[in-house]
Amino acid sequence: MPERPLSPHLSVYKFKYTLATSILNRFAGLGLSLGFLLLVYWLVALAGGARAYAQARALLTLGIFKLVYVLLLAAFVYHLVAGVRHLIWDTGRGLERASVRRSAWVVATVSVVVTVIVAYWMLRPGAYAR
Amino acid sequence: MSLRGPLGRVLGRGSAKQGVHEWWLQRLTSIALVPLAVGFAVSLLTLPALDYATLVGWMRHGGTALGLVLFVLVAARHSQLGVRVVIEDYVHASGLKTLALVATNFAHVLAAAAAVFAILKVALGGHL
Repeated sequence: MPERPLSPHLSVYKFKYTLATSILNRFAGLGLSLGFLLLVYWLVALAGGARAYAQARALLTLGIFKLVYVLLLAAFVYHLVAGVRHLIWDTGRGLERASVRRSAWVVATVSVVVTVIVAYWMLRPGAYAR
Repeated sequence: MSLRGPLGRVLGRGSAKQGVHEWWLQRLTSIALVPLAVGFAVSLLTLPALDYATLVGWMRHGGTALGLVLFVLVAARHSQLGVRVVIEDYVHASGLKTLALVATNFAHVLAAAAAVFAILKVALGGHL
């Protein structure tokens, strides 16, 4: 294959937070694609009946999964908020340098705040104990 | 050697006007997922418990199964389109790229079908 420049040529860009918000959105999306498989596993176990679900639940309530759920939650919230930003960009609005900078901060702040609140709700003492 | 001029060669050979189809579908699924994904998350996280009986009752409730089926189908398509773009951007070896695209497409269809089947089985199932 002839040596041609291939897109995206990541190495030629100076690192900026606009680049960070963009690549983070991809990583979040990929993480959610993996999380989707977890959702499918959970649904299939549920369809398998009470015993199959009890087995799956024993696995899915292992301590390590708390971390998985918080990461999935963060990816979900970030991908949602950043995705709405992308949809707004698609209408041609908010593409000036100043507003891109501002919306990057809005996305970061809203994501962190919502993630922390929902994570607290999810992991509150005694949650989903039964 | 052809006697046709440059204009004659390109006439009628324009794009099929389908180049933006998947770009547009990614936006459509995004918009649909805002209420579907938020609705799913809120509905699930506000359940009092996550035991078998609670979840079966939840899934047999009118809108839940419909909302879940819609969410799972749209999310699977959205995910497939997204994963596809990532593969096309970063996997450059053409054989590997094709293999990855075929494998992830199959995986998404399988995941969506399994999820829909599972939801319907619980929602329409007889005894608890």
